[in-house]
Amino acid sequence: MPMAAADIVAMIEAALPGAVVEMRDLAGDNDHWAARVTAPQFAGLTRVKQHKLVYDALGGRMGGELHALQLTTAVPN
Amino acid sequence: MSDVTQRIADIVEANDVVLFMKGTPLFPQCGFSNRAVSILDHCGVTYESVDVLQDMEIRQGIKSFSDWPTIPQLYVKGEFVGGSDIMMEMFEAGELQTMFGEKGVASAS
Repeated sequence: MPMAAADIVAMIEAALPGAVVEMRDLAGDNDHWAARVTAPQFAGLTRVKQHKLVYDALGGRMGGELHALQLTTAVPN
Repeated sequence: MSDVTQRIADIVEANDVVLFMKGTPLFPQCGFSNRAVSILDHCGVTYESVDVLQDMEIRQGIKSFSDWPTIPQLYVKGEFVGGSDIMMEMFEAGELQTMFGEKGVASAS
């Protein structure tokens, strides 16, 4: 069962207050997403740790239910 | 250390650059693995690949080994670098190429 974009955004925003999440439907099938997450919590972290924060926010769904989420992370200017 | 953890540790130790992926560099079996292969080929480095689809133990084991939920996964000189998204970000910023240079990774001939 794919996850709806709104659910993905809500989970990330809940775990990372102040985060800005932009979603893009890559294949038009509501299942292959690209997410760009900009969050103050990423400051000073390596990319691996930034992505890990987002994966943690998704509570173990990444790699399972969410098999196709392309992720980009950034620190706000 | 469990057997699979030891096997993964040995693979990571024995190769400067290792990509754990779905399929092989010639026939990647998923878009993310395909992207990771393309990036490494663009960087022109020699790398070893492990097809996790041929080995269920490694397919599960690598996720806890790296504490990372998805495949592909790139290791350079024993260090976990990230998945295909991180590889792409680093490649576009020129950081991946710099890292390979700094770590003295061999070029593909």
